[in-house]
Amino acid sequence: MSMNREGRPTAPAATGGGKPPTFTGNRALQIEEPLLFETGSLEKTGVDLPEPAKHESRLGGLERQGGTGLAGLTEPQTMRHYVRLSQKNYAIDTGFYPLGSCTMKHNPRLNEVMARLPGFGDVHPLQPERTVQGALALMDMLSHWLLELTGMAGVALSPKAGAHGELCGMAAIKAAHDAKGEKRSTVLVPESAHGTNPATAALLGYKVTSIPARDNGTVSVDAMRAALSGEVAGIMLTNPNTCGLFEPDIVEIAEAVHDAGAYFYCDGANFNAIVGRARPGDLGVDCMHINLHKTFSTPHGGGGPGSGPVVFSEAILPYAPVPFVKRNGEGLSLVEHEGDAGDAKPFGRQSAFHGQMGMFVRTMAYMLSHGSDGMRQASEDAVLNANYLRARLRDVMTQPFGDQICMHEVLFDDTFLTDSGVTTLDFAKALIDEGFHPMTVYFPLVAHGAMLVEPTESETKEALDQFIAVLRDLAKAAKAGDAERFTGAPRYAPRARLDETRAAREPRLRWTPETQAEAAE
Amino acid sequence: MRYLPHTSGDRAAMLSAIGVGSMDDLFADIPEAVRLKEPPDLPRHAGEQEVERQLSALANRNVAASSTPFFIGCGAYKHHVPATVDHLIQRSEFLTAYTPYQPEIAQGTLQVLFEFQTQVALLTGMEMANASMYDGSTGCGEAVLMAHRLTRRSKAILSGGLHPHYRAVVETLSRMSGAEAVARGARPEEAGSSDIAAAIDEDTSCVVVQNPDFFGRLRDLTELAEAAHAKGALLIVVVTEVVSLGAVQPPGSMGADIVVAEGQSIGNGLNFGGPYVGLFATRQKFTRQMPGRVCGETVDADGRRGFVLTLSTREQHIRREKATSNICTNSGLCALAFTIHLSLLGDAGLKRLAALNHASAVALADALSSISGVEILTSTFFNEFTIRVPGDASDVIDALVEKGVLGGVPVSRLLPGSHKDLIVVAATEANRAEDREAYVKALREVLA
Amino acid sequence: MAEVRYTEDHEYVRVDGDTGFIGISKYAQEQLGDVVYVELPDAGKALAKGDEAAVVESVKAAAEVYAPVGGEIVEANGELEGNPGMVNQDPEGSAWLVKVKLADAGELGALMDADAYAKFVEGLG
Repeated sequence: MSMNREGRPTAPAATGGGKPPTFTGNRALQIEEPLLFETGSLEKTGVDLPEPAKHESRLGGLERQGGTGLAGLTEPQTMRHYVRLSQKNYAIDTGFYPLGSCTMKHNPRLNEVMARLPGFGDVHPLQPERTVQGALALMDMLSHWLLELTGMAGVALSPKAGAHGELCGMAAIKAAHDAKGEKRSTVLVPESAHGTNPATAALLGYKVTSIPARDNGTVSVDAMRAALSGEVAGIMLTNPNTCGLFEPDIVEIAEAVHDAGAYFYCDGANFNAIVGRARPGDLGVDCMHINLHKTFSTPHGGGGPGSGPVVFSEAILPYAPVPFVKRNGEGLSLVEHEGDAGDAKPFGRQSAFHGQMGMFVRTMAYMLSHGSDGMRQASEDAVLNANYLRARLRDVMTQPFGDQICMHEVLFDDTFLTDSGVTTLDFAKALIDEGFHPMTVYFPLVAHGAMLVEPTESETKEALDQFIAVLRDLAKAAKAGDAERFTGAPRYAPRARLDETRAAREPRLRWTPETQAEAAE
Repeated sequence: MRYLPHTSGDRAAMLSAIGVGSMDDLFADIPEAVRLKEPPDLPRHAGEQEVERQLSALANRNVAASSTPFFIGCGAYKHHVPATVDHLIQRSEFLTAYTPYQPEIAQGTLQVLFEFQTQVALLTGMEMANASMYDGSTGCGEAVLMAHRLTRRSKAILSGGLHPHYRAVVETLSRMSGAEAVARGARPEEAGSSDIAAAIDEDTSCVVVQNPDFFGRLRDLTELAEAAHAKGALLIVVVTEVVSLGAVQPPGSMGADIVVAEGQSIGNGLNFGGPYVGLFATRQKFTRQMPGRVCGETVDADGRRGFVLTLSTREQHIRREKATSNICTNSGLCALAFTIHLSLLGDAGLKRLAALNHASAVALADALSSISGVEILTSTFFNEFTIRVPGDASDVIDALVEKGVLGGVPVSRLLPGSHKDLIVVAATEANRAEDREAYVKALREVLA
Repeated sequence: MAEVRYTEDHEYVRVDGDTGFIGISKYAQEQLGDVVYVELPDAGKALAKGDEAAVVESVKAAAEVYAPVGGEIVEANGELEGNPGMVNQDPEGSAWLVKVKLADAGELGALMDADAYAKFVEGLG
């Protein structure tokens, strides 16, 4: 059998309390909030809608019978319910959020205001083109900026998130092979890759071959050459990679890939480290998705929406999907059907309409605000901050691939916790009690007990210094045998550790009146 | 630059602590030949006011839906969103949080997802729902892949009434993954297509049907569900206008196995096509083959109720190439907007909203039918129907724009080369009587 | 007397006449942690040695279980569907995953006996 040996307890031990309980379960500003279905009712509503005019039903006898069971709340109840729930969340606006690979940087509110201008937020995707020339111009402008920053030939804006962009890029690569009459079976993916990479390749019917990293955490051109053959359709390589390192052999790797008749898909999740410093087009990349929500700071919103435009080289661009914007005399128009694409041979369509326009506006506001100089400075500061953390922590924490200059994130492993009785997960939970969001843990899989720290450019030196002081203190406590501080954490969060085993063994994925009755017993 | 906190003194001190001489040293791994010496050839940074001016100038070149009599639907609908919704989704703790990977400090997002899943299940009449998809169309593609996994078959039959973009998404995904998608012809004149049942065979994994369909038609799917089940196939029902579920029998009570819906109509603006929120619901027994994130209830170490992301072994970060889907993101903030708006509505408000929509569409259909040369093709509908006009529908729509009316979508925009005289028209609670009158007057003039 | 044989990937087969009970070892369940779900094949399916016989899931991992020997599946252990935790409690006893009719008893020779497996596990540290 195949096994993941990464240790991480998923059913918690009791914390032993420590603080006397309150009558309500509330703790001052932390107020317990029942489910909507427990506080709301079928009669209540928070909207005042007029009585419908008398009309003859045209529903053809398909009227919904009985109630929907949807609980309603009045407006003040709604406000309090969701404000209280919000207060149980950590957020970038409230504190340092060094989640590696996720790029939690400041979200400017100007971008929110711009996306809500009626001319962007209140425009229908199927309005006649002449009534949406400003929207098409914004898409055209965004394309121009993305192409200037990446040095690529063209862009598909429509993918809805990074993984959707991966599928877009790899489908275009597959179409390019098909157009040449070539059937290739395999995609090469380094061990350290995001899980989406092999999942994407598999969805397209490719076999996935894993490429090992060398001792310094990067992929060697020799390892790549050894794996390349006429069966290889392409490689999927993240650069900078998921260990936070720039792949130094990337240009040679790209050449070797092209010599083998394959294409180079670059996972652009970490593009934010090199904006204005290097262009994927100059590195030999054929396709790359750009996570607008990471690199250009559209808000993550508790898990989306994302946006994952894909940039293409000349070789792959003809196969990019519909829709796309094209110049049409004085104005702009949308190419919405494969048959209208002229000489191009789009591989198809990935979603309804034209992409995440709301994210495009936010991205454009970010780019215009930063400008060419500001985006380069942002990348530099992000890299500076990560290296500063590395330099100030290297004597107390351990790095799996030795102490070397990193890009926008620094990777530690759990060697420094050996024999302390403290796991990476415990270490992360202790950070919660200190008021920080933990770093990314147990990713990438190539490092044992990985802790991937991405400070971003948004943090002050003082904030970094405080984080460093906390990590140093925690490392010292772990080594000194104070395991209890870690294993019982978090103690001060809205919840103690949650029982993931129970959640998965007896999945309870919705509220029902029966479960409520059961709970009341 | 207002977003970057370091002073030059900070940078110098940090470089010195790192032990390098300059910023360039940190980028030494980038091969010399491809290092950019200068920032790319784009404008320099700009203040808020300047950015506002530039973007507002672009926004002003678009016609906003609220500014004019507006009757466009086809998968995205103009509805009023209460002010509370946008205020709440802009709370810092919702807007600027990541995916809830550390559940102890993400109970807000997680409880909302649990409420969302419950609402979606109730609304669609299904047992289970996930924590959302990118949008309705991508959810539709994922539903077909899920049906293939469940039935171990690989042929999907797509109804001719399925939104053409949704059809294209399924066809594209099928081509990519080596599966088969058989699309039926679009026949707007027919009341229902019972012949789709006859096309189901032993290789069919699923039938995908939209209700109300692309042309606005409503129909009872019970018999189709029975026909599919008799052959071991699943029924996937697509709903692009979720407000309809406040008035119309839900897919769950008609025998649907998977329901995918576009949730934009509740809580989310038009946004020129995105971001939206896909709803995905199914039967309990299929839960483990469901794509996307799922939130589940559990308890913490002190026995208090709490919520976590669960069943994650289905997902790409653990299963990698064996995952049910390559999806990583859901549509968290749009799902939040959906949940808040639907809590404001509740059962009573949703029913009222749906009735207003239906009344608005009935009134419009009746008014348009009085125009000479205009034929209403749809006899049973919710808030959208198809009309036939004399001549080219695109020209009619363009002429209506001249008169300040956005009158619908020419069918040929989505089905190029066919049905050139058809327009799909939507009416919602956002349309007043004077908007309908303006439409009738303008169309009468255009056709005169 | 039933004979138990192990693979280096921590599957076992307990042999009783021409019937084999396939499962995961005690060591494997410890490594996986709390088992939350077991995906089982249909009876009647023919397995070749090395085919995927089942999937055992914990919260953090999904482990494919490969058939240590070939044979036709006579029965899958349906009890595990309602009570996956049995795999943690009694992996080498009542929590077998699939029962097969052995195709070739000769395949057993390539597997480790209990002593050899115990030494093998010890060597893993």
